Amino acid sequence: MTTSAPARELLDAPPPPSRPRSRRKRPRLPYLLIAPALIALLVGMGYPLGWQVLNSFREYGLAQQFGEAPAWVGLDNYISLLTDGAFWSVLIKSVAFMAVTALATMVIGIGLAVLMKSIPSWSRITLQIAMLVAWAMPIVAQMTVWNWLIDDRNGVLNYLLSFLPGVDLVGHNWLVDPWSFFAVASIIITWASVPFVALSVYAGLTQVSDEVVEAAQLDGAGGFQMLRRVTLPILRPILVILLLLQLIWDLRVYAQIELLQGFGAAGDKYDLLGTYIYGLGIGQGHFGVAAAAAMIVLFFTIALSWFYVRELIKEDQS
Amino acid sequence: MWVFPVYWMVNSSFQTSATISSLTPTWLPTSGSWTNYRAVFSDSTFTGALGMSLAVTGIALVVCLVFAFLGALAVSRFRFRGRKSFVLAVILVQMLPAEAMFIAQYKMISGLGLLNSIAGVSIIYIAMVVPFTLWMLRGFVAGVPADLEEAAMMDGCTRFGAFMRVTFPLLAPGLVASGVYAYLQVWNEFALASVILTSDQSETLPLWLRNFAQPSSLGMIEWGQVMAGSTLVAIPVIVFFMIVQGRMTSGLVGGAVKG
Repeated sequence: MTTSAPARELLDAPPPPSRPRSRRKRPRLPYLLIAPALIALLVGMGYPLGWQVLNSFREYGLAQQFGEAPAWVGLDNYISLLTDGAFWSVLIKSVAFMAVTALATMVIGIGLAVLMKSIPSWSRITLQIAMLVAWAMPIVAQMTVWNWLIDDRNGVLNYLLSFLPGVDLVGHNWLVDPWSFFAVASIIITWASVPFVALSVYAGLTQVSDEVVEAAQLDGAGGFQMLRRVTLPILRPILVILLLLQLIWDLRVYAQIELLQGFGAAGDKYDLLGTYIYGLGIGQGHFGVAAAAAMIVLFFTIALSWFYVRELIKEDQS
Repeated sequence: MWVFPVYWMVNSSFQTSATISSLTPTWLPTSGSWTNYRAVFSDSTFTGALGMSLAVTGIALVVCLVFAFLGALAVSRFRFRGRKSFVLAVILVQMLPAEAMFIAQYKMISGLGLLNSIAGVSIIYIAMVVPFTLWMLRGFVAGVPADLEEAAMMDGCTRFGAFMRVTFPLLAPGLVASGVYAYLQVWNEFALASVILTSDQSETLPLWLRNFAQPSSLGMIEWGQVMAGSTLVAIPVIVFFMIVQGRMTSGLVGGAVKG
């Protein structure tokens, strides 16, 4: 949830202060300083990543569960995944889920940011606090609360919806039908991620200085031109990065889906990539195939983040 | 709109199971009682999970802060060979999807015989939060001009003394802010914990809450208690988060002004 600010900051970093003396005198000190962090990264991330790359080319089946060494199988794991309809259906579902959720988050977030700009400050502060609270909620608490809101018997959602003419939803379980299961997941994730987008865009909007706006007005810019020529160019980098972050995060939702499955119906029909890989690897012990699937997700994420990193560098240079 | 689920959580947590299971919702906890909170605190699995969470968070936080702080110093105060690659590695690690990594991490921890142990999760958590913390601290260290230290050295301080007396106090807010962010990540982490901590004796709070919110053998969920539990898990997070939001902005603005 919080990778963006420091990321931008890092590339804005001033060049390290020149310290010719200490550089010549103590060339080993910086290496000693980074050593602990580096070792922690290598142990906790580097080694598992390496294991994963290797094992996506190995077979883990029944024989390996009884202690036989896994055999090299080349690209077999990848081929069996990519020719498997189940994997494709999960992949397509995940990508669709990512697109819908990220888009909804962006639209609502931008809308709220524009709203915040135009309402009196006391209601703006109320709105900001409400959003901060929602944003700060731990995922498990979020999911538990929503599960209570949509509870089939005593949930407040069904109660309220049943006031609508012709609607009787008391006793309706939202988590049984896969479509409504994913709709619920998408709504919860959107609810939880809109605050970040809204507050960031709002911060961006406040950077549009009054002088610039006044100058543009003097030059005869109307509302639409103002948006297109003044506001959007300033907001563009923020919007691009926010969208990419949302896409990355929504592609790899695991906890929310897994928790929702725990509360409601579980099974293949309700899987997205994260829970699918989990089921494959830890549920069924097919570590090789699971590692290959994880590599495919990794590839997607890196492809998406690549634009993000490039955008950061571009922003830095401009 | 945004606050309603949170309000509903707190509201429900003060209600008895009778009012909760009635067909009309109760909008205000007028007949509010602390029964649910007492029930949660007297649940031995809750106190166990609380202890586990405190231990894991404490260890991960202290180790991570020390490691990240040293790294941040190196990156922002020195120019050395490999600096760029190190920085790039720190950026890239954050892009790795945790969900695509945890089977490998599970295998490693299980290979070390550390499943269900504090050490097992801490190893992964430290690696998980160090990059982010390092990044954030780097910004704060860069915000303290090195000239200040040099001035102190002119006045007769040793390099280390100058650092401790001048730079370190100025970094305190930064350390607090990064520390709280690291704390929040570890305290809330669910996915990896659910993979590595499988025994009932080694649950962290998110795992405890997940299990607590499951229907009992009678098929009933004690919603009042579950909401009390959710509130207890969420409150420290929300409070710390609110504190850091303020510090973050002042820290970032301060850094921008100091150049």
